[in-house]
Amino acid sequence: MNTNERPLSPHLQIYRWQWTMALSILHRATGVALSVGTLLLVGWLLALSEGPTRYEAYQTFIGHWFGRLLLFGWTWALFYHLCNGIRHLFWDTGRGFELDTAAKSGYFACFASVSLTLIAWIVAYSMTGTVQ
Amino acid sequence: MSLQSPLSRVRGLGSAKNGTHHWWMQRLTAVALVPLVVWFAIALIGLTGDSYEVAIAWMRSPFNAIMMILLIIATFHHMQLGLQVVIEDYIHNEGAKVFLMIGQKLITFVLAIAAGFAVLKIAFGG
Repeated sequence: MNTNERPLSPHLQIYRWQWTMALSILHRATGVALSVGTLLLVGWLLALSEGPTRYEAYQTFIGHWFGRLLLFGWTWALFYHLCNGIRHLFWDTGRGFELDTAAKSGYFACFASVSLTLIAWIVAYSMTGTVQ
Repeated sequence: MSLQSPLSRVRGLGSAKNGTHHWWMQRLTAVALVPLVVWFAIALIGLTGDSYEVAIAWMRSPFNAIMMILLIIATFHHMQLGLQVVIEDYIHNEGAKVFLMIGQKLITFVLAIAAGFAVLKIAFGG
């Protein structure tokens, strides 16, 4: 079946950048990033199941500045995808599509994701009592 | 009654009668993941910097083990559905699309089984 000759809708670069559009792209981007990030989860579980030596190696990796950077990015991506995902579920009820409401819920999802990330890390650091 | 197979109906752009299944499963896993992710985030913060023994004891609790398995199933199912849509949207070469589609399904399945096995091994004290 030949579909190549069909007219295409305008590509993305035609449109003026908008807040809601950026958040939509970000939702998909964080989804893909989190998919790769599941390797951190699987690695943690496997290390834990393999014994203390492997678990310690995993903790050393995640405690390294690069590991922490990955985990920090993972935390924010998770909270963003969670908050914006709830926004999507709300849309599925057929509500919240007014331009003003959609923009506001977007602001709120962003604000909530950043706040939750900071709270999570502050609480985690205050529990370990060490900032290396 | 049509004598067409569902496949040829779809090739003629008809309905295969499962159009909403993907959408519905994505929403169902999303709804499940809201409480599971919140639970997991709180649990992980609690385990920060803790020793191997503490983490093992945490995972051996039946509640935590069950929640972890539910989280793993919902996460990897949701992830598979999401990656599928991304590939369908951006990969237009038929060969590459089939290759990536098989790849993402198999890799997601391997990761889910590995994670689930690790949880069960710890929970059953292996």
